[in-house]
Amino acid sequence: MRALTWHGKHDVRVDTVDDPEILNPRDCIIKVTSTAICGSDLHLYDGFIPTMQSGDILGHEFMGEVVEAGPRSTLKKGQRVVVPFTIACGSCYHCGKHQYSACDNGLPADNQDIAQELYGQPMSGLFGYSHMTGGYAGGQAEYVRVPFSDVGPIVIPDGVEDDKVLFLSDILPTGWQAAENAQIEPGDTIAVWGCGPVGLFAVQSAFLMGAERVIAIDHFPHRLELAKKFGAETINFEESAVYEALMEMTGGIGPDACIDSVGLEAHGFFVDNVLDQIKKSTFLGTDRIHANRQAILACRKGGRISMPAVYGGFVDKWPLGAFMEKGLTLKTGQTHVQHYMPALLNAILEGKIDSDFLISHRLPLEQAPDGYKMFHDNQNEVTKVVLKPDLAVAAE
Amino acid sequence: MSDIRDARTDDAPASSAKDRPVRDEATDRLVDAKGGHVVGRSVTINKPAAELFAYFRDFSKLSSFMENVVRVDVRDGSRSHWVVKAPAGKTVEWDARITEERDGELIAWTSEDGADIDNSGRVEFRDAGARGTVVTATIAYDPPAGTIGKLVAKLFQREPAIQARRDLRRFKQLMETGEIATSSRTKAQLEEEKA
Repeated sequence: MRALTWHGKHDVRVDTVDDPEILNPRDCIIKVTSTAICGSDLHLYDGFIPTMQSGDILGHEFMGEVVEAGPRSTLKKGQRVVVPFTIACGSCYHCGKHQYSACDNGLPADNQDIAQELYGQPMSGLFGYSHMTGGYAGGQAEYVRVPFSDVGPIVIPDGVEDDKVLFLSDILPTGWQAAENAQIEPGDTIAVWGCGPVGLFAVQSAFLMGAERVIAIDHFPHRLELAKKFGAETINFEESAVYEALMEMTGGIGPDACIDSVGLEAHGFFVDNVLDQIKKSTFLGTDRIHANRQAILACRKGGRISMPAVYGGFVDKWPLGAFMEKGLTLKTGQTHVQHYMPALLNAILEGKIDSDFLISHRLPLEQAPDGYKMFHDNQNEVTKVVLKPDLAVAAE
Repeated sequence: MSDIRDARTDDAPASSAKDRPVRDEATDRLVDAKGGHVVGRSVTINKPAAELFAYFRDFSKLSSFMENVVRVDVRDGSRSHWVVKAPAGKTVEWDARITEERDGELIAWTSEDGADIDNSGRVEFRDAGARGTVVTATIAYDPPAGTIGKLVAKLFQREPAIQARRDLRRFKQLMETGEIATSSRTKAQLEEEKA
């Protein structure tokens, strides 16, 4: 089959590799019909995530048609499914509590060593996201082997097009969980850093959960426009000072909850961000956390910080003092996708959540490397690239 | 004052002691110690102790989750013969004898004289209520050719401490999910991984 493979920083290629096979009783094989490039794939593209190996197949947002099901899979050949990016067993203690991304058994036993060393305990497996998260082949391919297919994938009713439901795989539940972690109360003002897909879904989710105002922060005009479309007020951090603006917009109180959906590659020319970049290049710290610092400083006393953004390692100059003195609460984590999928599928079918607005580009799988470059170089226009293995390659 | 000084102020298990002699002494009490190299590991498995014990007690099944065990031939109720992978494509063998057994709770064993690697161990199954069962493995062994052998074994990932940790995880996966997680994509890759 054809698959998008990683070979190093800014080097991804479409290669021919062996087709996947059923290896465990609960596996299924799906033929991919749509697969997106995620903002967090750019962290891999930029070489920020350790334990990648040359030839790894990327992609963790995908859906397709079941072409083969193992004896203990509950899926049937021909069913269309969206696959959660988290690989979780459904039977351990954590899955029992619906903390799917903390699953004990999603990672192969040998891969658990790295995460145990770095984080204290191993987490669930993830598709196409380094060997620390299992080394599972990802979905930017023609076919994927899906473990625990009786627990993860959700069946999509006939007649609902891919583009409407594809984002159930990651970014929609991630935006929703981000809003849930912000513990929104009616009348609240919520500030969202980063108007990428997760931030934009967090904006929609926050309103559905009863927020009175949502203030969205970014520097890409097109992304701010989209946030406005969903009812958010906006701050362009290239034009305005974020802390001052937030304090003025909230009458000196600060937002009740702040959502950091920026993560370890924060953009922007701020003093502490530049310091972070210097430290990063000299290996003194691994993650850049400018947005997170701003969120802690601006958040109202006793407020909540929700952090869906991806961080991988250690940070420097995190304002622990402000965090403590103000009595803030921080909730974070990879998304418990399996927990949110059924309700969010209904919300899409009922028209409460708009998701396909996000797709700016559709490309054949063969042009995936162009998709990465485009997404990486132009984050204003390119909000989401969806790869379609069946799409014909356009003539040059 | 003396009773305060004497009172235990550290409830951590002996297997986590920083002091090597303390660790070894505690292990000596637990198992019929064969050599000073000791491994202690606990894992919580979301299944009743009786079920876990029953699976473990049938030694012929151990190779399903113990990656280095080629096979275990069960001779009788207490005796078995083990064939285990060693570094550089070799295998090592020994006869083992069960030294203690409490149904649903505990199995302890020791290798008989003439073993390629002297070893002894003990696996306990402790009920953990709604969490399932805490399974604790304590293993003492003489690594082949002492410390150098241990380094070599570690290079080949055949080091018992690493193996014990991974084997317990595989046991948990098999018991909780009915299968052992793999990120291989093809049967050929899976075979290669197991080799």
